[in-house]
Amino acid sequence: MTTRLFGEPVQRREDPRLLTGRGRYLDDLGPDALAAAFVRSPHAHALIRDIDVSAALDVDGLVAIYTWEDLPDRLAEPLPLLIPHPALTHGRTAHPLARERVRHVGEPVVMVVARDRYLAEDACALIRVDYELLKPVVGVEEAAQSAQPVHDDVPGNVGAHLVQEVPSADGRGAREVIEGAPHTLAFRLDVERSASMPLEGRGVYARWDADDASLRVYSSTQTSTSVRMAVAAKLGLPLPKVEVIAPDVGGGFGVKIVHPWPEEVLVPWAAMLLGREVKWAEDRREHFVSSAHERAQVQFVRVGFDDEGRVLGLEVNILHDHGAYTPYGIIVPIITSTQLPGPYRLGSYRVEFSSIYTNTVQVTPYRGAGRPQAVFCMERTMDRIAAHLGLDRTAVRAANFIQPGEFPYDQGLIFQDGRPLIYDSGDYPESLRMLKELIGWDSFPGLKAEAAREGRRLGIGIGCYVEGTGVGPYEGGHVQVTSDGRVHVSTGLTSQGQGHETAFAQIAATELGVPLDRVSVVTGDTRRFGYAVGTFASRAAVMSGNAIALACRKVREKALRIAADALEADPRDLEITDGVVHVTGTPAAAVPLATVAVLANPLRYAFDAEAARATQFAGASSFDRPPVQEGQEPGLEGRDYYSPIRSTFASGMHAAIVETDPLTAEIRILRYAVVHDCGNLINPMIVEGQIHGGVAQGVGGALYERMVYDGHGQLLNASFMDFLMPYATEVPHVETAHLQTPSPLNPLGIKGAGEAGVIPVSAVIAAAVEDAEGIPIDRMPISPSDLFGLRGAS
Amino acid sequence: MPEQAHEITLVVNGTVRRAEVPGRRLLSDCLRHDLGLTGTHVGCEHGVCGCCTVLLDGEPVRSCLTFAVTVDGREITTVEGLADGDRMSPVQRAFAECHGLQCGFCTPGFLCTVTALLRENPAPTEEEVLEGVSGNLCRCTGYQNILKAVHRAAEIMAEES
Amino acid sequence: MKPPPFDYHAPRSLGEALDVLAEAGEEGKVLAGGQSLIPLLNMRLAAPAHLVDINRLPGLAAVEAAPDGVRIGALARHAQVERSEPAAVAQPLLRQALRLVAHPVIRNRGTVVGSLVHADPAAELPAVLALLGGSVRLARRGGTRDVPAGEFFTGPLESAAAPGELAVSALFPALPPRSGTAFREVARRHGDYALAGVAALVGLDEDLRVTTARVACVSAGPVPAVADVAGACGHRPPASADWAGAAEAVRARAEPEDDIHATAAYRRHLIGVLAERALRDAAREALNA
Repeated sequence: MTTRLFGEPVQRREDPRLLTGRGRYLDDLGPDALAAAFVRSPHAHALIRDIDVSAALDVDGLVAIYTWEDLPDRLAEPLPLLIPHPALTHGRTAHPLARERVRHVGEPVVMVVARDRYLAEDACALIRVDYELLKPVVGVEEAAQSAQPVHDDVPGNVGAHLVQEVPSADGRGAREVIEGAPHTLAFRLDVERSASMPLEGRGVYARWDADDASLRVYSSTQTSTSVRMAVAAKLGLPLPKVEVIAPDVGGGFGVKIVHPWPEEVLVPWAAMLLGREVKWAEDRREHFVSSAHERAQVQFVRVGFDDEGRVLGLEVNILHDHGAYTPYGIIVPIITSTQLPGPYRLGSYRVEFSSIYTNTVQVTPYRGAGRPQAVFCMERTMDRIAAHLGLDRTAVRAANFIQPGEFPYDQGLIFQDGRPLIYDSGDYPESLRMLKELIGWDSFPGLKAEAAREGRRLGIGIGCYVEGTGVGPYEGGHVQVTSDGRVHVSTGLTSQGQGHETAFAQIAATELGVPLDRVSVVTGDTRRFGYAVGTFASRAAVMSGNAIALACRKVREKALRIAADALEADPRDLEITDGVVHVTGTPAAAVPLATVAVLANPLRYAFDAEAARATQFAGASSFDRPPVQEGQEPGLEGRDYYSPIRSTFASGMHAAIVETDPLTAEIRILRYAVVHDCGNLINPMIVEGQIHGGVAQGVGGALYERMVYDGHGQLLNASFMDFLMPYATEVPHVETAHLQTPSPLNPLGIKGAGEAGVIPVSAVIAAAVEDAEGIPIDRMPISPSDLFGLRGAS
Repeated sequence: MPEQAHEITLVVNGTVRRAEVPGRRLLSDCLRHDLGLTGTHVGCEHGVCGCCTVLLDGEPVRSCLTFAVTVDGREITTVEGLADGDRMSPVQRAFAECHGLQCGFCTPGFLCTVTALLRENPAPTEEEVLEGVSGNLCRCTGYQNILKAVHRAAEIMAEES
Repeated sequence: MKPPPFDYHAPRSLGEALDVLAEAGEEGKVLAGGQSLIPLLNMRLAAPAHLVDINRLPGLAAVEAAPDGVRIGALARHAQVERSEPAAVAQPLLRQALRLVAHPVIRNRGTVVGSLVHADPAAELPAVLALLGGSVRLARRGGTRDVPAGEFFTGPLESAAAPGELAVSALFPALPPRSGTAFREVARRHGDYALAGVAALVGLDEDLRVTTARVACVSAGPVPAVADVAGACGHRPPASADWAGAAEAVRARAEPEDDIHATAAYRRHLIGVLAERALRDAAREALNA
C-alpha cells in the first residue's frame, strides 16, 4: 500500500469547520425552539410540601410548567439504573422531576418552557416551592455513621459493598500475609471531589414530527444510541420512530456518558406534548449542581513487604461517596479497586469498598474514572515503602514490576466489564528506563542540592499506572463506497473532540487504499448507525477503530472479487492504490474503485452515465448466475463489529519536578515528563494532544480543583471564579516519549489513550511535593494554604 | 407585560446588522440568537472562561459581560469574520497545523483573543503569549499546542507580510 | 444564567444621567464596564429596577496626569490606564497594580472607577487608592463631592457612593520625589483575586533614609486598611531598615478571614511575607527614583 496513513500525524478534518465558527453544537441548533429551564432544589435534603406556580403564570412568553405530578406512565418512574451489579444491593435513581423529596442541591423540581431562556428563568424565579427541611447527610465518613438516611429504605446509607481478594501463591489471604511480613505500614489517603467540567454543558433539543409520528432528538451526549433506546422506552415510542444525534460536542470527559439525564427525557416529552421544538442548554451554574461529580474517596491502606520493597500483601479499604443516586452503578469504585495493582505483581491483595449515599450531586465517571484514586493509593504506597527502607523510589517500583515475559498476566480480579482482568502486553522496565532518562532522575539529587544552596526547594516524583482500555461489549462500523468513489464511514459511538473523523478516516483510507480526502466519517448519529455502546473508558479508537478496519476488509475483499471479474484476474493478484484496483506490478490492468462500486450494484435504471455500466443490457454479468449472487448483497459496502474477549491494557509513567516556595508555600511545576504506551499509534499528533489535555486535568485535580460542600450540603464554589480549573499559566509544558507494545488482542494492535494523561498526576505531584518538603502528603488536591498548614503541623 | 425593546445597529464582521432587543440581552445571546452567528460560544456567563470573547472595535471583550444595547453602533468581529473569504486567517491555520483545538468549544474565544494579541504585538515573547491567553479556559488541550499555535501564527504572519 | 429584566437608560449627558439616578434612587444601578456587575446580574444576585448605562456620557474616559496626581474618569478602562505612559510616570503603582487585575480581556472593558465603587476588599485598586490617600469624586443632581479613600470604603462591597450619586472620577495622588512603590500578591491562579496582597509606598529623605513607609493590604479585612510602618522600619537607609520588623507590624494588624481557598492563618502569614517583599521592592524603586 502506498497510501499508508495509519500512524501519520495528519491534520484534523474537523478543524476547518470548528475554526471558522461553522461547528454545530447543541445550542447552535433550533434557533426557533422554545427554551426550557428548571426550578432546582436550593436544599440538600427536604420534603416538598407544595409547589405554587401562580405567580409565574403571568410571565410574558410562558408556554408550560410541569411538575412530577404531570408526568405520565414510565416518565413518572425513577430513571434507569444503567449498570446493575450484584454488590449494588441498594441502587437508587432519581425521578426526572423530584417526587415528594429532594436529595441534593440542584435536583430538578419544576420544568418551565417559555419563548426564550430569559423568560423561562423569569418564570422559574416566581415559582414558590414549600420545603420541609430534613437533616442533610454530607461527607462520606459522616454518612457511613449517620442515623439519618438519604433514602429511607437504605440502612446505613450503604448502596454497595464489595470485596475482592487475591491470595498469595501459597494460598494465604493478604491480611495473614501482612501480619507475617518483615515490614508493615498502615496509613490513610484522601482524594477530594472534582468534576469533568466540559466547557459546553449538557443540552437537549427535540423535534416532534406529528405528521410522521416521529421524534428527532439532538443531545450533547457521549452515547446517542443508548439515549435513543432510553427515550423510546420512557416515551413509549417504537424505536424506529426515534432518532438521536450527537452534534459537535464541546467536551465530555465522562459526565455526558450518563443517560438518560432528566432533561433527555423531559425535553422530548414536552416537544411531543406541545407540538413545538423545545431546547434546553444547561448553564454553568446548573452544571455545577446537577451534572455529575467524581473522585471523592477515602482509602485505608495496610501493606506488608520485604527488605527489597517487594509487596507481599496489600489491603485497601475504600469509602466511596457516590452522592445521592447511583444511575451508573458502582463502576468508579470497581475500577479503583481493580486497577490499583498497576504494573505490579502483588504477593497478595485484598480490596474492599463501601459505596455510600450522601446528599450531594451524584458521582459517575470523570476521565480516569477511579484510576487517579487507585494510582494515588498504589504509588503513595510505593513511596512509603521506599522511604521506610531508605531505597530509591524507582528501585522499589522496579522490584515489583511484572516482567515483559509474563504477559498475558492475570491479576486475579474481575474488571469493570465483568471479565477477568488480564494484562495483554506492555514493557514496564523499559518504560521506567525511558522515563528516568527523560526527566533526568539520576542527576536530580545534584540539581536539588544546588537549588538548596540558593535557598530553593525542589522535589521530584514519579507515578506509574496501567489502564484497562477498550472495554466491550462491542462497537460496529459501516463502510460504503459510492459510485463517485467516495467512502462513507459511520460508527455509532460519539465524538467530543478526540478527532475521530480524522483517525477513523486514516484507518479506512489505509485499509482500502484510497486517498484520505475521499473518506468521510460520521459518528453518533443513529440514522447512520444504530448499534453502539458509547465513548468512554478510552475505548473509541480501539473499539470503533477495529470495527471500521474489519468492515473495510470486507469491502476490500468484495471490491477485489468484483474487480477480478472485470479484469479477468485472480483477486489474490490485485491491490488497491489511490482508489484504483489494479493487478500487482501491472498498473495498466486497473479499474477504479468507483467503477467497482457501480458494478457491485446491478441496476435496472440508469441515473447517470456511470450507472449505465451496471444496467441489465450493459452486458456486464454472466447468464449462468443471478445478478446478485447467493450470499451477496448489492452495493460495495460492508458492516462489521469488533467485540473483544476482554480489555486491552495501556500503561504509562509520569514524573515531575516541582518547586515549593519556602515562604509563600506556592507550588510550581518546573518539568513534567510522560512515557506512554498505547500500542500502535493511529495519529501521534492526536495522541499527544490527548496526553497534554489529560495532564492538565490531572494538574487541576492535584493542585486546584475541588468541590467544596458545607455541612448543609451547599456547594460553596459553584462557579469558575471559585472552582479553579487551570489556565495556561498553571499548566506545565509536557515532555513526552512513546513506547509501542502492540496489543495482541485486536487487528490494529492499538490500546486506548484518552484517559492516560490524567491518571497518575495527583500521585506524581504529591510525591514531588513530599520530596521537596520532607512532609508526608496523603491528601489531594494540595493548595499553598494546605502546605502551609502541613508545615506548621510538622 | 412584554419588555421594552431597543432597536440597535451593530456592524458585525463588516456587515450592518439590526436587531430589536430588550435591555438585558447579552451581546453573546444577541450574536448567537438574534443574528444567527453561533460561532461565538457561551461557556460560563460569568466572564471567566473566555469562550464568548469577540472583538469590539478590534479589542477582545467578553460578550457575556456586555449588553447588546451598550455597544449599539459599534463594530464587532466574531470568529465567523476572521477568515479572508475561504482562506483561513494565519491564526486559524496555525491552530489547525499545531493541533491547538480538540472539541473546539473554547476555540473561537482563543482565536479572537490571539488575533488581537498578534495585531498589537506581531512578535510576542513566550511570556507575552502566555499572558495574552491567560484569561481563556480550555479543558481539552492542556494549552501546550495553543501556545505553539500562537507562535506559529506569528511566524505565518511574518512570512506573509 | 440570564439577567432579570430592568428598565434600561442610556443618558447622553451627565445631567441626564444624574436626573435618572436621582429618580431611580435605591432602585438604580450604574453600568460602566460591567465586569463585576453583569456576573451578579447573570446569576440574579442583583436585580436593579433601573440600569443606568453611562457608556455614552461624554468626557468621562479621560486619564489626566497632573502634578498632583492622576485623575481617572469613570469610563477609563483598566487597559487604557495600564497603557498610559503619563499615568505610569506620575504614579507607577497604578500600572503595577493593574497588571494584577484579572486578565487582559477583562481589563479591556472594566473601569478603574468601577472597581473602586465595587469596593471588593480582595481587589487591587481600592488598596491602591487607600495607600496613596486618593479620593473619589461623586456627582449628584445639584452638586459634587470628593470623598477621601479613608472614608470611601465603608465595608465589603460597600462604598460611600449613595443612591443617586455617580462616581465620575478618582484621583490617585502622584508619587512624591525619592519615593517608590510596589505591589505583591499571591493568587491561586494567575489573574484570580489575591489570597493576600500588599501595596507598598516607601519615601526617602535627602540623605536617602526612610521617612515614609506605608502599606495597604488586599484580602486582609473588610476594607483596605493602610498601615504606616515608617516607625517600625527606623529612620535608616533602606539597606539597614528593619523591613522584617515592619512586615511583622503589618502582619499583626491584618484581619483576614478563612475561606475555601485559604485559612486566615495562612493569609496572615502571606501578608507578612508579601509586606516585606513589597517594602523592599518599593525601597529599591525609591533609590532608583
